[in-house]
Amino acid sequence: MEIITVENLLKSFDGLGVLKGISFTLNEGEVLSIIGPSGSGKSTLLRCLTQLEPVDGGTINVCGETMVSSSKERVVSYSDKQTLRSVRLNLGLVFQNFNLFPHMNVIRNITEPQMHVLKRSKQEAEKVGRELLKKMGLEEKEKAYPTQLSGGQQQRVSIARALALNPTVLCFDEPTSALDPELTGEILRVIKDLAKEKMTMIVVTHEMAFARDISDRIIFMDDGLIVEEGNPEALFNNPQNPRTQKFLNRYE
Amino acid sequence: MGNLLMQMLVATMTSLKIFGLTLLFSLPLGMLVAKGRMSKNPVISNVVNVYIMIMRGTPLILQLLFVYFAPYYIFGSSYDRFTAVIVGYTINYAAYFAEIYRGGIQSIPVGQYEASLVLGFSKAHTFTHVIAPQVVKRIIPAMGNEVITLVKDTALAQTIGVAELFRVAQNASAREFSTMPIFIAGVFYFLMNAVVSRSFDLLERKLNYYR
Repeated sequence: MEIITVENLLKSFDGLGVLKGISFTLNEGEVLSIIGPSGSGKSTLLRCLTQLEPVDGGTINVCGETMVSSSKERVVSYSDKQTLRSVRLNLGLVFQNFNLFPHMNVIRNITEPQMHVLKRSKQEAEKVGRELLKKMGLEEKEKAYPTQLSGGQQQRVSIARALALNPTVLCFDEPTSALDPELTGEILRVIKDLAKEKMTMIVVTHEMAFARDISDRIIFMDDGLIVEEGNPEALFNNPQNPRTQKFLNRYE
Repeated sequence: MGNLLMQMLVATMTSLKIFGLTLLFSLPLGMLVAKGRMSKNPVISNVVNVYIMIMRGTPLILQLLFVYFAPYYIFGSSYDRFTAVIVGYTINYAAYFAEIYRGGIQSIPVGQYEASLVLGFSKAHTFTHVIAPQVVKRIIPAMGNEVITLVKDTALAQTIGVAELFRVAQNASAREFSTMPIFIAGVFYFLMNAVVSRSFDLLERKLNYYR
């Protein structure tokens, strides 16, 4: 079942094209990694999906709902507030810089969205929160404040915060880029565990070995376009496009 | 002497009333002004900006005179002095508070808004539960400065004839050929501000539960 369908997505900043016609689909239970050089538009693509950036053209469908569509004349029309909200709830996002709420302790970071957005009771939200913290290996940290945690721990809390809202798809925007090399492992393990549970995910990453390891499918982007797309084995062992070859060679 | 102290205490109550009412009105009004200053509508933001420039760019004493006498010249009637004092201080302090609020709001990383948006928080909830608590912590030192200044600025109310602490002290001083009443007034102001400083210290410590 197709969960996300993106067609001919366009986005530019101050006239500079960042996404120049991106089309792809994401199926249920699939782990899709997006790789590519810096500035290729990977993060912008995620930000358009999660409504952090308005698109300049194209169509996005999420779970059978049209989030945005545009006519031939490139007149962009976003859906009504209700639909946008429901689309937003289907997509979770884990940021590169965690963006935890510094004035709330760990458990409140996770319960606050559940209570406000899903209208769960405090007890219910805390139960969900504790289960997730346990899964993240942070059950002892529920009273701690984000600044008292390491980067890796903060990122795990932010993953728990996103998961607590039961998103259909969890998106990761370079989840390990702000971490020391020795801390990336713990985040990658968590994502790998989620992949095993058949969580549908889009992962924008610079960790090539990791992308190869967890993905069902990989998209290589360069200069605002999808240059190549395929399963990890094919893409890494036998890249067809010279740009993909050049990019992957630098990581060998 | 006892009589003098009694008079000064009564006058102190007037000063405190000016202080309290000014805060009561200018703290929320400042937020409205800050929102206007940050408005995407250029008409609103420019009008508010001019207002802030006037409030910060001219003496408070002049503003008080204007607030009290302008209605008299325009409408031929005036209103009571105390009300004029409260209006004058409120519009002046709202401008200063607005700029402090704005600085605080704009210092919050954009990621906090983005996380709130992605999690599905409403705009109002984002402001009250994510942004405002962090802003309060950040602006406390600057607010402490302003509030302390306000305690001392209440002395300007005498320019339009409100008998606050300093006016009463000056009168007593002239009557008794002694600087003692003015010195005592100084002690009063100092004590009031000691309470204000201490309150802000406590508030700062209370909000120190996260860095």
